[in-house]
Amino acid sequence: MTALEFTLIVFALSTLAGFLGALTGLGGGVVVVPALTLALGVDMKYAIGASLVSVIATSSGAAAAYVREGFSNIRIGMFLEIATTIGAIAGALLAGRVSTHALAIVFGLVLAQAAYMSFKGLTGHDKIVESDKLALKLRLGSDYPVDGQRQKYGVRNVPAGFATMFGAGALSGLLGIGSGAVKVIAMDSIMRIPFKVSTTTSNFMIGVTAAASAGLYLERGYIDPRVAMPVMLGVLIGALLGAKVLVFARVKTLRIVFGVVILALAVEMIVNGITGKV
Amino acid sequence: MDDHRLESMIGQLLRAGVLLAAATVLGGGVLYLVRHHADPVRFHTFIAGGSDLRSVSGIVGAAAHGNSAAIMQVGLLLLILTPIVRVAVAVVGFLLERDRLYTVVSLIVLVILMFSLIHAS
Repeated sequence: MTALEFTLIVFALSTLAGFLGALTGLGGGVVVVPALTLALGVDMKYAIGASLVSVIATSSGAAAAYVREGFSNIRIGMFLEIATTIGAIAGALLAGRVSTHALAIVFGLVLAQAAYMSFKGLTGHDKIVESDKLALKLRLGSDYPVDGQRQKYGVRNVPAGFATMFGAGALSGLLGIGSGAVKVIAMDSIMRIPFKVSTTTSNFMIGVTAAASAGLYLERGYIDPRVAMPVMLGVLIGALLGAKVLVFARVKTLRIVFGVVILALAVEMIVNGITGKV
Repeated sequence: MDDHRLESMIGQLLRAGVLLAAATVLGGGVLYLVRHHADPVRFHTFIAGGSDLRSVSGIVGAAAHGNSAAIMQVGLLLLILTPIVRVAVAVVGFLLERDRLYTVVSLIVLVILMFSLIHAS
């Protein structure tokens, strides 16, 4: 394959991945890595390096829009980033020690979970809770717009949420993905933060988390610009298009189709990891 | 300075950073394709490349000599820096709000991020 062919194919795949990732809320990383490794035979280390970079691009690129809406909570985000960044460094250190086969198998398992989330839909509760003692001390509670008014909300179970965020960071550093779904689970299901606040704050945190492992990825040579260039530009453009279409797309049908695709990728990643083909 | 103004400032900054990074990557990418479009490429086996693409000083040095891969890498480096700058701005913002707790929290995050980056330089 020539450099031009490779660049164009990767760009097309990444645009599609970014588009679907934005529409389903699962991010582009989970599709880019299997697309590169399974379809083009790219070594997983190059694939996760390129994916990590694209994760930073989409997170930072979308932040301005989210902030304008006034949903994200900078205190919750910053506090939990202590856990995600330490987790990310641990994950990136681990990525250098485990074999590519093992990485492929873990990635397959994460994909299977993403497929499940895609079928089920990323929905959460919107029941408002009172802050517990620790959350009060950390001043994590805030308010967010509901029907034009500011609705106050509280936060609970900070230690369990913090621990889960460490896990989210570790997965991000190990596999070069944003692991936004785990972040949302930590905030929405565990810490009882309203869903809309959880998803937008999660998006805000993804870039910082990814930046924590990016230095280690760079030093090890996982970030090869010849692979990362078409991935980053493609995912970014795809995500921007996806966000525009999102308003009038039939998300439910799309989610099921997307779920089937990811499930197939998950099985293939795991099988290839076990047989040593990846 | 309140939280919402701080966040909105940070949001704008992030978008500007991403645009600058994407433009640099695109510029380097066009140069790379003009020069190397017919080169055969294979990424089947991972080989850690030379140090001129793996350390901050190496990247900047090679980019200054017009190396197209290094120019793309400068763009990617700018991209990695945007969330780090974001945290640094938050430190200053919380300091201006006289919020001691969150000044410390964001400083801790900044130190962790610097650890990873210093590793790479």
